Amino acid sequence: MTLARRRFDALIIGAGGAGLNAALQLANANLRVAVVSKVFPTRSHTVAAQGGVNAALANVFEDNWHWHMFDTVKGSDYLGDQDAIEFMCREAIPTVYELEHNGVPFSRLDNGKIYQRAFGGQSQNFGGAQAARTCAAADRTGHAILHTLYQQNIRARTHFFDEYFGIELIRDEEGAILGALTLEIETGEPLLIEAKTTLLATGGGGQVFRTTSNAHINTGDGMAMALRAGVPLMDMEFFQFHPTGIAGRGMLITEGVRGEGGYLINKDGERFMERYAPNAKDLASRDVVSRAIVTEVKEGRGCGPNADHVLLKVDHLGEDIIAKRLPGIRESSKIFAGVDPAVEPIPVFPTAHYMMGGIPTDRLGQVVIPAADGSEQIVPGLYAAGECACVSVHGANRLGGNSLLDILVFGRAAGQQIINNLKDSPEHRPMSEAAIDQAMAKLTRWEQPGEGISVRELRDEFRKVMEDHAGVFRTDEIMAEGVEKVKALREKLKDVRLGDQSKVFNTARIEALELENLIDIGMAIVLSALERKESRGAHSRPDYTERDDVNWLKHSVYFKEGDRLDYKPVQTKPLTVETFPPKPRVY
Amino acid sequence: MKFFVYRYNPDVDTAPHMQEYDVEVSRGMMLRDALMEIKRQDEAFAFRHSCGEGVCGSDAVNANGQNLLGCTTPVSELKEPVHVRPLPGRPVIRDLVVDMSQFYQQYRAVKPYLIHKDPLPEQEILQSPEDRDKLDGLYECIMCGCCSTACPSFWWNPDKFHGPQALLQAWRFLADSRDQATDERLDALEGPYKLFRCHTIMNCVESCPKSLNPTKAIGKIKELMLKHSI
Repeated sequence: MTLARRRFDALIIGAGGAGLNAALQLANANLRVAVVSKVFPTRSHTVAAQGGVNAALANVFEDNWHWHMFDTVKGSDYLGDQDAIEFMCREAIPTVYELEHNGVPFSRLDNGKIYQRAFGGQSQNFGGAQAARTCAAADRTGHAILHTLYQQNIRARTHFFDEYFGIELIRDEEGAILGALTLEIETGEPLLIEAKTTLLATGGGGQVFRTTSNAHINTGDGMAMALRAGVPLMDMEFFQFHPTGIAGRGMLITEGVRGEGGYLINKDGERFMERYAPNAKDLASRDVVSRAIVTEVKEGRGCGPNADHVLLKVDHLGEDIIAKRLPGIRESSKIFAGVDPAVEPIPVFPTAHYMMGGIPTDRLGQVVIPAADGSEQIVPGLYAAGECACVSVHGANRLGGNSLLDILVFGRAAGQQIINNLKDSPEHRPMSEAAIDQAMAKLTRWEQPGEGISVRELRDEFRKVMEDHAGVFRTDEIMAEGVEKVKALREKLKDVRLGDQSKVFNTARIEALELENLIDIGMAIVLSALERKESRGAHSRPDYTERDDVNWLKHSVYFKEGDRLDYKPVQTKPLTVETFPPKPRVY
Repeated sequence: MKFFVYRYNPDVDTAPHMQEYDVEVSRGMMLRDALMEIKRQDEAFAFRHSCGEGVCGSDAVNANGQNLLGCTTPVSELKEPVHVRPLPGRPVIRDLVVDMSQFYQQYRAVKPYLIHKDPLPEQEILQSPEDRDKLDGLYECIMCGCCSTACPSFWWNPDKFHGPQALLQAWRFLADSRDQATDERLDALEGPYKLFRCHTIMNCVESCPKSLNPTKAIGKIKELMLKHSI
């Protein structure tokens, strides 16, 4: 059988906000762009983003991008690269206006401008009064943005490969990326897509944890593909636990609820955030609020029969605000928690939510392999944007409203940089048969017959191990055990067999390929976490409780080959303004 | 709890059949959880699902005769035994997975994107809260397909009738104060099929898991057409 092939100027893997915003730039520039997505584009997980996207439009209170930048640097616990953060906060403003021009149905203020709400970690004047910087379409902002971007791509006639799974990147001997091997899920047939440039926009991998706000599809496929192509992952120990998932289920309750005036209480009805963050209270940074909730529960002040969660009180906002600003949350609370927030508080507990780390890129979306001396080597033909990438703008902790911003700004920047680079590369580079065979082996491995461990079994075990050994509080002992367990599970992968060898829409095969990806990034997380001997942002260690700027103000860089860890300095120099030097982080 | 699930794998089956499964029900279990449990028991069972919270629109199925989302339907609300079938009227690819391409084509056919012809302002295009309110009940569509695949007119003419989902989106742009293509949008909806095959049966309204009302939107389009023709 001959392998089917297609050729494009650019290949984009992933059709969330980053992939679609990049695709839109390319299609508008009349380039041949293929978007490969394992689900129909509007099913991508951007659709689930609720609260909004940050931009200093100053529609509600005085604001500017420099304040936004300060908040983001502080939120990152000073691990974010300040050049990239400056770029993002400046670009935020035209990016949001462009979205609006493209049709996003933002909520509106009385003067007709875009509605902006308060979110955690936002301030005016470098740490002063609360800012209102999050542009919102009710509490369905991600949905509104994703659908709009898909719609504009229809207009621009972007070429979509819906329900195609990206299996492996194809490399040449110089390490340049030449495209990817994909699998058409409906037919079960492989398709080789050759491209002058490839953009990974595959999103996060929250499915590494058992309780997560992330969708079934968030399995870190692009990150794992990069790892296997010799590209490292950066800052993987920083995994954000969102403070308010529906207790026991994990579905997200947006920070916008607290932005609109909702607050957390423990079993005594105490507004406990006042103790942990006297100024910002419930709108402190996410890592701070998550730890506070876990501490309340650990110290016996949790709610419910098992004292295992806290409550998010909303009813005092009144029926009108809830119906107008938080309709989606009300619906979710009724369905999944059985409570109407207009009447009763919502039971909440932190849920695995977001990967700050990912594939290292520069601020133009180009994938770079960082060296310890701070120099960076570009991987020819490879780009990454969105949650799968690490620019790094979120550092050790991401602020709410900055993830939609990240995917949009850097998706757009990557698209534009690809356009620039394509001007200098008119030809496709040749692809060797050996490289194709190597990628095909990823697929044929699952055709091995016989009895073995099932994908489900290993997947369940793995996700439990990650939850137990890489959660909110991390000690040396717990994590060292986690590393051994993940290594053992990775070994066990060899013994996993697929019972279902059929071709047509074989979701078991997809889940097998996803499991390999999950375990690859799980290893990156536990190893990076074990080695970082300090507490910073989302990475919180009872055995090293302080942030250590002398030894650890640096990015972790994990390579799959030999499970090797390396480090690179943080870029503390912004583009045009003064550096924000590390300070104690209080809210 | 007993489930009868539609099974058809073109690689091995000559005809579809209903297969029985027993699922242990836990508190708060949704139909999607039950289907995932069935997949645990039987790896070869295929269905689409993703977000698990009713926003991605992947897991629309037909349970006990009703089109719904698996992830937002508590099993406790379903009469036992539960019969789970693929969405009606669409070609089955495998098990509960159907071919939605005609549905997507109809969506594309209504030009579901904002068309603004004036030069763009440096900031946002202004829109009053009242004008923005007109988009509520329209933009929230998750394209799950529950409505169009419950519509007898769409069953008959999926190639010519846009169906409730696409028409709801047609109205979403007609209703947007920022859109400047009203005439061409209305012209494109002329003819006996695209819009006018709607006979207000209202299955769409009944089946929408987001409580949207395509029939009302279709009525609004017709009203606007009438206004424009005189």
